[in-house]
Amino acid sequence: MTDKPKVAFYWCASCGGCEEAVVDLAEELLGVAAAVDIVFWPVALDFKRADVEAMEDGEILATFVNGAIRTTEQEEMVHLLRKKSKVLVAFGACAQLGGIPGLANLWDREAIFERAYLTSPTTENPAGTVPLTDYAANGHRIQLPGFYDTVMSLDQVTQVDYAVPGCAPTPNLIAAAVGALLSGDLPPLGTVLAPDVALCSECDRRDTKPEDLHITAFKRPHEIIADDETCLLAQGLLCLGPATRAGCGAQCIGANMPCTGCFGPTSRVHDQGAKAASAIASLVGADDPAEIERILDGIPDPIGTFYRYGLPHSLMVRRRQDTVETTA
Amino acid sequence: MPETTTDTSSNGFEPRIVAFFCNWCTYLAADLAGTSRMKYAPNARVIRVMCSGRVDPQFVLEALANGADGVLIGGCHPGDCHYQEGNYKALRRFKLLQRMVADLGVEEERLRLEWISAAEADRVRVVMDEMTDQLRRLGPFRHEEAVMAIAAQQPQEVPV
Repeated sequence: MTDKPKVAFYWCASCGGCEEAVVDLAEELLGVAAAVDIVFWPVALDFKRADVEAMEDGEILATFVNGAIRTTEQEEMVHLLRKKSKVLVAFGACAQLGGIPGLANLWDREAIFERAYLTSPTTENPAGTVPLTDYAANGHRIQLPGFYDTVMSLDQVTQVDYAVPGCAPTPNLIAAAVGALLSGDLPPLGTVLAPDVALCSECDRRDTKPEDLHITAFKRPHEIIADDETCLLAQGLLCLGPATRAGCGAQCIGANMPCTGCFGPTSRVHDQGAKAASAIASLVGADDPAEIERILDGIPDPIGTFYRYGLPHSLMVRRRQDTVETTA
Repeated sequence: MPETTTDTSSNGFEPRIVAFFCNWCTYLAADLAGTSRMKYAPNARVIRVMCSGRVDPQFVLEALANGADGVLIGGCHPGDCHYQEGNYKALRRFKLLQRMVADLGVEEERLRLEWISAAEADRVRVVMDEMTDQLRRLGPFRHEEAVMAIAAQQPQEVPV
């Protein structure tokens, strides 16, 4: 073992995109790899849980956890890594806010198992088999992690020191975060390592956003060919730039697609979805209740739109469980 | 004495309502109801805001997340806003918020938007009584308990 600082990466309920994002550092990754010892990274390196368990407490300088927490195994691993790490970083929208997997909080385990294993059109499961945490087969006991009703963000499970936002985090932010960790020049605990302003402030199209905007019909990206120089909100596309943290360089808007809010809220916002809904609703160009309803019909899935990356971390956390409907 | 206060269907549960009243209309109406010695359900904690357009949807969710059983927003009648169109902004936000909380399983009776002018003290009385009565029947929101259950949630039981 060398004296280089030790770094770990772990994934929970995630898609793998955050792992890709690390590789997206491209040649800068070589610099990072030279400066640190990567002691645990299931997606890329063959270290096991036992290797982490064998470490001293606080032996790892920093662990970057991506993904939300939805199984007992994820929760156990997160507690283990917290104990072994000086700094724990929520890496990406799922770890920071719950992310896309967090939309499962509109249902619960029973409803999810039913849909995924029994009733979806592509499922063929006449025996009605669903995952069990404990199962005997051929004289062996097989155990699987338990599955929670409610998806949680990392900070709902353990103490988190910093967050790197994004779905996935952009290379500039990752490089800056790693640089700050290695130099020891760290901001106050709890800081989200990205600019604390709304995305509109770094958007190339900000000058084309009208002072007074009235949207009379929300358009979805497949319904129009958007002009590639004008503010997307001004074209009726539901862009969450006004209520989303900056730092990504407005990449989606650069590709002529509206911001969907993956960088989460700024520090002044308590509830990303409510704030985003507030900003968008105030632009609705009607005073008559029926006309307002008609325009709002253009937002067919308000929770999936405004809480796309942050339902677990929102004030309401989830759909009230006693109101979850199963499809049976 | 309004009949709502004699309702015994709620097993003694008294709902907590957070009421955001606009400075120019509904708050004055509540003031008038008070100086007129009108009797109405004492379940609302009134917060004066300069305009119903100041009521951020976050305020509403924050109230529910911190123990309120219902949230009432009171503003000026359409066309009467002291700031021209603050109440229209409130209406647009309210309509969208209603759709959102419905998807989160929150009963629609828990949120209410009312236009009450400074002269309509009796309307304050009626709305306060009605909403209190509805929430009594609906029962407590219990958001705290729901969140605690999440923190302590158990994986599925091991089936036999």
